[in-house]
Amino acid sequence: MQIFPCPFCGPRNETEFHFAGELGKERPDTTQEVAAPDWATYLYAQRNEKGPVREVWMHLTCSELFVMERDSVSMEVVGSGSLREGAE
Amino acid sequence: MTSHRTTRAALIDLGKPLRFTFDGTAYQGFEGDTLASALLANGVRVMGRSFKYHRPRGPLGAWVDDPNAIMGVTLNGRSLPNCPATTTPLEDGMQARAVNAWPSARFDIKGGLDLFHRWLGAGFYYKTFMWPDWHLFEPMIRKMAGLGDISRNVLEDYCADQVHDHCETLVIGGGAAGLAAARAAAEGGQNVVLVDDKPVLGGGVHQLAGVEDFAPRDWVASEAHAIEAAGGRILTATTAFGIFDHRMVGLVQNGPFGTAPRLHRMRAARIILATGALDRPVTFASNDLPGVMTIDAACEYLARYAVLVGKRIGVLSNNSLADDKLAMLAEAGAEVVRLNPADGAICALGRKQVRCVAQGRNSHKVDTLLVSGGMTPLVHLWRHAGGKLDWCTERQAFLPGAAPEGMVAIGAAGGTFDLDAALAEARAAGSGVPADAIPSRYKLTPLWPEPGSKGRQWIDFQHDVTLKDVELAARENYVSVEHLKRYTTLGMASDQGKTSNMAGLAAMAAVQGRPLPEVGTTTFRPPFVPVPIELYHGHHEKQLWHPLKRLALEQEHREIGAALGEYGGWLRPGWYGTGDAKAHIRQEILTARNAAGLFDASPLGKIEVIGPDAEAFVDFIYYNTISTLKPGHIRYGFMLTEGGIVMDDGVIARLDRNRFVISCSSSHVGSVRTHLEAWRQDGNDPDRIFVHDLTDHWATLTVAGPKAREVLTDLALDMDLSPTAFPHMTMRETRFAHSPLRVARVSFTGDLSYEMSIRRSKAAELWQALVAAGERIGAAPIGVEALSILRAEKGYIMIGKDTDGETMPHDLGFGVPRQKKKVAFIGDRSLHSVKANGARRKMLVGLTVSVGDKALPTGAHLVEGTPLQSVGYVTSSYDSPTLGHPIALALVENGTERLGESISVWHMGETRMATISAPCAFDPEGARLNA
Repeated sequence: MQIFPCPFCGPRNETEFHFAGELGKERPDTTQEVAAPDWATYLYAQRNEKGPVREVWMHLTCSELFVMERDSVSMEVVGSGSLREGAE
Repeated sequence: MTSHRTTRAALIDLGKPLRFTFDGTAYQGFEGDTLASALLANGVRVMGRSFKYHRPRGPLGAWVDDPNAIMGVTLNGRSLPNCPATTTPLEDGMQARAVNAWPSARFDIKGGLDLFHRWLGAGFYYKTFMWPDWHLFEPMIRKMAGLGDISRNVLEDYCADQVHDHCETLVIGGGAAGLAAARAAAEGGQNVVLVDDKPVLGGGVHQLAGVEDFAPRDWVASEAHAIEAAGGRILTATTAFGIFDHRMVGLVQNGPFGTAPRLHRMRAARIILATGALDRPVTFASNDLPGVMTIDAACEYLARYAVLVGKRIGVLSNNSLADDKLAMLAEAGAEVVRLNPADGAICALGRKQVRCVAQGRNSHKVDTLLVSGGMTPLVHLWRHAGGKLDWCTERQAFLPGAAPEGMVAIGAAGGTFDLDAALAEARAAGSGVPADAIPSRYKLTPLWPEPGSKGRQWIDFQHDVTLKDVELAARENYVSVEHLKRYTTLGMASDQGKTSNMAGLAAMAAVQGRPLPEVGTTTFRPPFVPVPIELYHGHHEKQLWHPLKRLALEQEHREIGAALGEYGGWLRPGWYGTGDAKAHIRQEILTARNAAGLFDASPLGKIEVIGPDAEAFVDFIYYNTISTLKPGHIRYGFMLTEGGIVMDDGVIARLDRNRFVISCSSSHVGSVRTHLEAWRQDGNDPDRIFVHDLTDHWATLTVAGPKAREVLTDLALDMDLSPTAFPHMTMRETRFAHSPLRVARVSFTGDLSYEMSIRRSKAAELWQALVAAGERIGAAPIGVEALSILRAEKGYIMIGKDTDGETMPHDLGFGVPRQKKKVAFIGDRSLHSVKANGARRKMLVGLTVSVGDKALPTGAHLVEGTPLQSVGYVTSSYDSPTLGHPIALALVENGTERLGESISVWHMGETRMATISAPCAFDPEGARLNA
């Protein structure tokens, strides 16, 4: 079982967390025409990178979204920060 | 029968004799014995039959490495299958039976199968039972396969405790290196835990003449004492079976026979691996005969259990460690005949046990043949943690290479087989003070399987994989070791190849003419030893797995005889009264339709969305336009996923300009709250929107029925209840018993209905007032079951029951926002996909049956065409007490265009007819709703 660092609550077991998505995914502006392939990419395509990744997670017990940097191969967690800072 | 017990001081208690049986024969052992050591002491050699050929087998090892002696054991009415005899501590009264053998291991009726071995090589099943159809043969083969039989008796209290623990330094293995490292670490001030899988600490130390001027037992005792004196903890009979992410180590702690083991989830900052090494068997003709055993095993039997396995012992070894060990056996009275592997091919002879060993023209009469092909460090846990392995040519073994973070391997596990070097290394690892490495004195000559050599030479003993099978696999082009493993099943038995993997790899390397390290190893996966599935389950069931949510009014419901049940995670009244549930539910429905039903709707979601951006936010969250909603008004709507699928339905009320209350489905509150939070924080300004879940803080009581207004009038609330002042789909705030009260005119039954929310602490007072007022006009409490039917009569849906993972809002008759809504909302683009616009969407309809017919089965398929195809299914179906005939809701392709058509309903081979109708079967004009 992995340990993830919630920036607000500290290190907690991974069962308390929920994966929310890869960082940097922009929702298309749906008030404009969105081509089907673009929408499908937004819905389903993941970069699914091997190695260092930056992801958005929710700590379910405090409901805060945050950005976590980790290694998808070694499972090493590099660090985490609030979504506002992470998204900048 | 000869006794093999010697007078040597060992770890058994001769003062405590234990009686047991094996295959029906009575024997005696002692406290401290294992099943295998006690049987060997009694001269029993055949302890099992092999998986495929039913060959007689005896123990090859003395601990977890033994693949052969597997037994079903019964004690005090508790039976466990497939217990390894070498690791099962003996208890008084045990009845053991060899698995895969009948009537006994010694006289197995299927022993004759061995005569057909020529035709039963690797891949035999795949090749033979292809034609005409594998399924014809499967039942017979399945019956033949497998080892022990599972008892049909459920062990009620067989429940694994689970402990979460952590430490600074975890030392795995309580041999010389592990003890020394744990002591050094503990005395250095660290929080240390030492685990050892045997009941008595010491590992191989007990085989030695002495350790650092102490007798082995005294040395072990003094180390253990020092560890505990320094605050360290020691867990014996505890196996580290796996290392998982972020250094969480799974420990299984075994108790007395028949009790569930205990799971420790140990989180260690640092792991010192001192798991030791296994003595490898040697591959030669008939190397599986009972009486062939590793040298280390024989010495363990002598050192720990005072059992001398043989009187006249042949020895075949390729390494320098054998000398001391043989001296120990000779001292105990064995006659030792050494064979040199370089002198030619070895062949063991005998039927049910080894009688003679032949090498070239020489042959020696022996009763036991001890072998050692070199040491194999136990690197399983190292690999679980992601450590690398390096091939060591001098030791002919894979040794721990690049280390995983926070982990170090010491002693024999790291390839250090000399005691002085291992102790120095262990103390350095424990204390963190580096020490000079002492050069290894271990010497060996490579001794690996020789492809093409004669005789049946076993590589995997438990799964009956021979050298010829490996050669066959290579001929059939199974080049990768992973393929070799799966084709021959080498290393896939319950011992997971502890003794066979290295021989298998070496054989494959030799066949292919490649160096052994190039062939590589198969993947090491947890668990290191078999653990019962119960270990992971433990107390994780029922309330301890998923605690029920409790109503504020649980006591009040109980007092009036509520039948409480779990609905969507809450303990709620299903109906009221004992006895015939159907009659109670029917009466509750009639009460609600004729007078009024009082319903505890407290689990209904009450999530407030507050703030300057709240209006735009709910517009984005909802499929429906919410921004046009006026304060004090309520709207029914859907939340969608980004895929356009209906995720939840419910009403939303606007309290004022910047404040909304979302009333989501009772069982979806958690997921809706998370959904709102995710979108609030990602994509919106979280400082301008607040999401506040009040579901558990406010109780909600509903009065629904034609006389509902009379009940409320009786409460004398400070509000105008007239239909013009307080119409359907509006909300008013007032006070009850000096507390704020929110009253919403919304209905889930189709009748005039008031939903009243009040702080939890005031719920009982309101409930009692409602019950008292209701009694005067014939209103009464109703449960969830009655409500489910009431809402179905009206055609109101339950998300997840009347919808599925493909249902979009236009399938439910709500198509307008999809066409007209101008602002962005979740799932909007998906509602215009090819699929969303498709011609055969399943839509919500009602179904009616002919007069006198029974209700349709829920889940029944709606079928048409030739051949018959399912075009939908029944989602809800009940006998309607209100209407006096069955009603049903269904999803069916193009349903709304097919109203009035009849359709076949197929269920369990029976076909009936039904007519497609509108979903609403009760008061379609809404006169009662708006009353």
